[in-house]
Amino acid sequence: MGRTTSKWHFWKGMRDGAPFILVAAPFGMLFGVLATEAGFKLLETMTFTMSVFAGASQFTALQLMQESAPTIIVLISALAVTLRVAMYSASLAPYLGAAPLWQRACAAYLLVDQSYALSVSRFETHPDMTTSQRMAYFFGTTGLIAPIWYLGSLFGALMGSRIPEAWALDFAMPVAFLAMVAPMLRTLPHLIAALIASIVALLAVGIPFNLGLIVAGFCGMMAGAQAELVMGRRKGQT
Amino acid sequence: MNATPGLDPVTVWIVIIGMAVGSFALRFVFLGIIGDRPLPPWLLRHLRYTAVAILPALVVPLVVWPAATGGEPDVPRLVAALATVVAGVLTRSVIAGILAGAVTLFALLYLLV
Repeated sequence: MGRTTSKWHFWKGMRDGAPFILVAAPFGMLFGVLATEAGFKLLETMTFTMSVFAGASQFTALQLMQESAPTIIVLISALAVTLRVAMYSASLAPYLGAAPLWQRACAAYLLVDQSYALSVSRFETHPDMTTSQRMAYFFGTTGLIAPIWYLGSLFGALMGSRIPEAWALDFAMPVAFLAMVAPMLRTLPHLIAALIASIVALLAVGIPFNLGLIVAGFCGMMAGAQAELVMGRRKGQT
Repeated sequence: MNATPGLDPVTVWIVIIGMAVGSFALRFVFLGIIGDRPLPPWLLRHLRYTAVAILPALVVPLVVWPAATGGEPDVPRLVAALATVVAGVLTRSVIAGILAGAVTLFALLYLLV
């Protein structure tokens, strides 16, 4: 039934995105708690979380503001953490680039790790999808995550420090991101890219403004691309 | 008790607006500007590994030096991260990975702390 309709693809995206409720809720809550503890008022917390919509960089900004870093450093560091979405944007352009500009603008706002990771792996394994089906799927992946993230932040901001530390909200993000990556490690080049990026990230933690992440990401991408070339050459010879 | 650090509202709003504009620009830059113009194969080959490189690079330092423990390596968190990856690779399922990680973390935090 109706596998070709945009609606079907939207719901498919929503179903695939559903597990991330388990992540968006605690992670959003943690942001609400920390922002409130840092001295943000409710309106400020909610405007921040809804207009920026980028978990990791919001945490970075909070952290630096609490350390009384100069505003320009806060902005540079927090945006450096988000630099990866520029790469996601480039990576999705071949799949979504033909869509109308307003759709691409909405997609840009909703471009987060989860929507990117789910979409790119769906588009790779289903090359026959049309642009509008891809767009529908992409929007579907955020259909639950975005509202849950807002509500989580609101709940966290209202609860404040009454949320017990034993909930270990801090570890929701690492677990979620590792769970997203693990199923993608389906070829040797993917595995090599992940390993090299992880090792470089550990070695590069000292680089200021969180730029170590970008360095590590580039190293991993180059390692993966290089491994793919080498393996392709071997396949070509046999 | 209520030691709320005095955040200046002007600074707060500058950061909010700056980050809203900046993060949208970063997300829109390629999707909006390149559109469906073809990209060279070498670039596409690199972009294929974006997710598997960036996501681990982002979280592996947080796993090894978690902020919640003041940056001290922590057995429950390390084992939970490992359980997440193993379950995710074996089952190819995101939800299985998340559940394996969450169950392991809470079980070990309960047993060890």
